[in-house]
Amino acid sequence: MGVFINKEGILTTVQDAGRNGYRRFGINPNGAMDSAAARLINILLGNFDSEAVLEMHFPASEMTFEEDTVFALGGADFRAKLNDEMLENWKPYYAEKGSVLKFTEKVFGNRAYLSVKGGFVIEKWLGSASTNLTANIGGFSGRKLNKGDKLFFKIQNPKSKIQNPTISDSLIPFYSRFPTVRVVAGAEFESLTAFGEQSFRHQNFTVSQNSDRMGFRLNGEPLFLLEKKELVSSAVNFGTIQLLPDGQLIVLMADAQTSGGYPRIAHIIETDLPVVAQLGASDRIAFQLISIEEAENILMELEINLNFLRVACKFRQV
Amino acid sequence: MSKIFPLGESALTIEFSNEISPEMNDKVINLASYFEKNKFAGFVEVVPAYASLTVFYEVFTVRKHFPEFQTAFDGVKSFAENAVCNFTEIKKEKSRVIEIPVRFNKEYALDLKFVAEINNLKPRDVIEIFTAQSYRVYMLGFLPGFAYLGEVDARIAAPRKFAPRLKVPKGSVGIAGRQTGIYPLASPGGWQIIGATEVELFTPNAINPTFLQAGDLVKFYSEN
Repeated sequence: MGVFINKEGILTTVQDAGRNGYRRFGINPNGAMDSAAARLINILLGNFDSEAVLEMHFPASEMTFEEDTVFALGGADFRAKLNDEMLENWKPYYAEKGSVLKFTEKVFGNRAYLSVKGGFVIEKWLGSASTNLTANIGGFSGRKLNKGDKLFFKIQNPKSKIQNPTISDSLIPFYSRFPTVRVVAGAEFESLTAFGEQSFRHQNFTVSQNSDRMGFRLNGEPLFLLEKKELVSSAVNFGTIQLLPDGQLIVLMADAQTSGGYPRIAHIIETDLPVVAQLGASDRIAFQLISIEEAENILMELEINLNFLRVACKFRQV
Repeated sequence: MSKIFPLGESALTIEFSNEISPEMNDKVINLASYFEKNKFAGFVEVVPAYASLTVFYEVFTVRKHFPEFQTAFDGVKSFAENAVCNFTEIKKEKSRVIEIPVRFNKEYALDLKFVAEINNLKPRDVIEIFTAQSYRVYMLGFLPGFAYLGEVDARIAAPRKFAPRLKVPKGSVGIAGRQTGIYPLASPGGWQIIGATEVELFTPNAINPTFLQAGDLVKFYSEN
């Protein structure tokens, strides 16, 4: 019963909203890179926002549903097929026992998510089901899913007519292969040279090959500080943009270390991190500086809209 | 004096200085316990570092509970400023002293010879100087349970490796500049390895998953 992995993907892990509260022990939150996708497909199925989902990179896992399943996909578009039926993101689907789900082509984005109604049975570690690949703990045995692995569901999904709630486009992240993402200034932003500041604001950076769940290296015209700064290590955050000694930038992502000592140029706002999470090598990115007040207002608005969606989706659940 | 700046829209950092000193670090740890004991609505966690404390919070909850502030940042900043004024009253708790046995045999001490050579010492002098003092846990970071300890005697200081090792064995004790630390897990890393311990620094399923915490004093002794 549950779902059986027939073919392993390159990196399929169990993730949720992340493991907060343990950064001071060097334990980073992990969690879904594209948290918006994970949340939306959970809300769509009437799950808790923070219910564990599968995060897949391409080539993704192929799996068989060993029981009737209600599920949804979101994030990247890997041209998913249920048996021979083409699937779309952001829609609940019903799979009969024995159906095979596969991902046939990388159409857009780099991380696709799968949620099942009610959620997967995952033993939580420190309050979260997210996989910590550094310490090999959390999620499914602390590792990526391999061929032959099986995940169980928390509830049975009886055959029922699928209600079809729709997610308004405004809630789906504005995905692009060349996004302009909004940032708030970091502590060392003002220490950039005038040229460096202009360059940060107006340059199109390229995402390097060297990008993973820990961080995305960007390539561009190097930026420099007015004077070299040696900083003692302090906490960093998902979305922190650091300046490396060679003048290049790195964006810290979900599996980044809890602390760091490189200058903090800016921080990508939480609402735009999902867009960044879908970027891959040779995609480009530009930054738009906004105030902390604007950033908070954007976050508040998103939370309020998600609440409306949550209520609407709950209403339609049987 | 301290400086407060946002670390994204859900966290702010209170920076006391940009130096490594036990006095500054005491301030940080005291302030961390002040926050733990006086949690505000929306508080998520605090992360003490060498000379700064970062406070993580939920914007939505802070804005709802503190509508008198224009932004959640302003609200938490005001709370932090009050905390900085008040926390000095907290009595400093006595540090735990933790003894850690280390093996300095060749098979574990991958870079002991190098550390000795660049300092014009014999390996046994390095061991002697290294084990002669105790070290303060300034902060945890990098890996689960990895403690940044300081300060190492200048006579045995050593730069990081130019090219980091792809896999430093679990339990390795390393030196980087005047910092020392123990790898709780096998991991890539650039510190100069002078020995290894069998003490478990990270026990995932224990109530306290990490063996060390900020503010502890660590005393290494030779197991040989």
